[in-house]
Amino acid sequence: MRRLDQLAAALREQLGAHADTLVEDLGELTLTLPASALLEVAALLRDDEALAFSELLDLCGVDYAGYGGSRTWPARYASVSHLLSIRHNWRLRLRVFAPDDSLPVLPSLCGVWPSANWFEREAFDLFGILFEGHPDLRRILTDYGFIGHPFRKDFPVSGFMEMIYDEEQGRVIYQPVTIAPRENTPRIVREESYGGGRG
Amino acid sequence: MAELQNYTINFGPQHPSAHGVLRLILELSGEEVVRADPHIGLLHRGTEKLAETRTWIQSVPYMDRLDYVSMMSNEHAYCMAIERLLGIEVPLRAQYIRVMFDEITRILNHLLNIGTHGLDIGAMTMVLYTFREREDLMDAYEAVSGARMHAAYYRPGGVYRDLPEQMPKYQANKFKDAAAVGRLNAAREGSLLDFLEDFTARFPACVDEYETLLTDNRIWKQRTVGVGVVTPERAQALGFSGPMLRGSGIVWDLRKKQPYEVYDRVDFDIPVGRNGDCYDRYLVRIAEMRESNRIIRQCIDWLRADFAKGAGPVITESHKVAPPSREKMKGNMEELIHHFKLFTEGMHVPEGEVYAAVEHPKGEFGVYAISDGANKPWRLKLRPPGFAHLAAMDEMARGHLIADVVAIIGTMDVVFGEIDR
Repeated sequence: MRRLDQLAAALREQLGAHADTLVEDLGELTLTLPASALLEVAALLRDDEALAFSELLDLCGVDYAGYGGSRTWPARYASVSHLLSIRHNWRLRLRVFAPDDSLPVLPSLCGVWPSANWFEREAFDLFGILFEGHPDLRRILTDYGFIGHPFRKDFPVSGFMEMIYDEEQGRVIYQPVTIAPRENTPRIVREESYGGGRG
Repeated sequence: MAELQNYTINFGPQHPSAHGVLRLILELSGEEVVRADPHIGLLHRGTEKLAETRTWIQSVPYMDRLDYVSMMSNEHAYCMAIERLLGIEVPLRAQYIRVMFDEITRILNHLLNIGTHGLDIGAMTMVLYTFREREDLMDAYEAVSGARMHAAYYRPGGVYRDLPEQMPKYQANKFKDAAAVGRLNAAREGSLLDFLEDFTARFPACVDEYETLLTDNRIWKQRTVGVGVVTPERAQALGFSGPMLRGSGIVWDLRKKQPYEVYDRVDFDIPVGRNGDCYDRYLVRIAEMRESNRIIRQCIDWLRADFAKGAGPVITESHKVAPPSREKMKGNMEELIHHFKLFTEGMHVPEGEVYAAVEHPKGEFGVYAISDGANKPWRLKLRPPGFAHLAAMDEMARGHLIADVVAIIGTMDVVFGEIDR
């Protein structure tokens, strides 16, 4: 039995109906959870002897607006975490969609894995996902006083404001950006039959 | 007299021992740290967002600039993610070259860490010794890629080109006469592999030298033993990886546990600490350099034998992913079109998502890539090991004296290129 099948079997046994969304792709398992069940399942994933996901390695926000592939997604924002079990040497990906696109709110995983703290701050900073129950939800990567969430798909790469040194005033000022956004290589998704198939 | 209260100081972002641009707000009670609040992001360049606007291959050089002291390891994780999405195999020779350069990178990184950690807490000479060996390894980087640091040598599907058969040499100038240049060139008469073999023969004695300076040094031990202790349970909860996790006594190394490339064919050991303090993590790093040296030696032997048999390719033959050779491109219309399409439109990566992790010198460096089938990533998330380590700053520094904060920053091996991205 492959390690991945063992993990899938263990997850189905311990999580019951929550494991229905388990998907295997490219040698990795992904579990999609509803926001309401996240904390309960996360605690189980960490504490259950047969699963023992002791580490949360990564948590990130994703914005699916304008996704060009064939898959469809139930909501615009999701938080994706990568878990690792040191004891059993296996990994799991957790995906949780924020129910409301205009105000994405998700429960915070800080209480289960303390390492989620900064990763959630980052997802809040870059995507504007609010984590309920987070002890200290401040911006982390962007500048003090930054407005907006720069990794959202509707935020241009050139930004909205720029910071320059003003000779006349003798100080640093903020002003609307003066560079126009440009795209050297357009984004292209090939149709299925192009060139006789993929690749 | 007014009652004394806690006061707050600003440590950095221009402090020399802040290892870059770390702004640390320390709340102190006397000299004791009550709370440490790291402010990061002063080097944030939005690499992940930039990658969404560039073709897959154009982002390879950005990876060098994440952790700018272990350049090739970052590229490795990124290339591995693309290869898994595409489902392509890397030629065996390229896998050995990658493993060899991953270990060269590990030595480069640990040399910088041990040198500057020593510098931070008073062992001023360390950095002079470690930078001497770094110079040789940088020359190996330069010989293979043309750049001393930002190599862009790993490419999806393999490595950019095979190892050079001649090592570049120094030339006499008004600062160095023929005799001095002759001494410098002694190890550079042969190929890159000869040069590296000479290095692996010399290097264990160099590590002994570093150890005579630090390992039993009373001041070094006073500054590191029992400082920044992390228990195995907390190390897992805080998301530690690499030497930070192994220093706490957990046997975990992706090269052994989830082998990638040819790590399952080379022989090496995983050094593990016992107490989880700064001193144990230092010992782990020293021992890791010796192990890396062993791995490099084994790779050299294999690459030599392979070369004698007539070296195989170092990058995939699929011209949808890797460019054709210049020679073929000049004489064949189809190859020319491949070349043109690859460097203008870029490669198309099938729809899907993948998380590829490598045992980076600092810990687990992961690349989470989502592709929607376009010529650019839909989302690229880089998982830097230092980010999780620095997040534990508050917990590790609390209750220590302010001078120990410097020792803790040093032991975390933070580099802001990767933390701020």
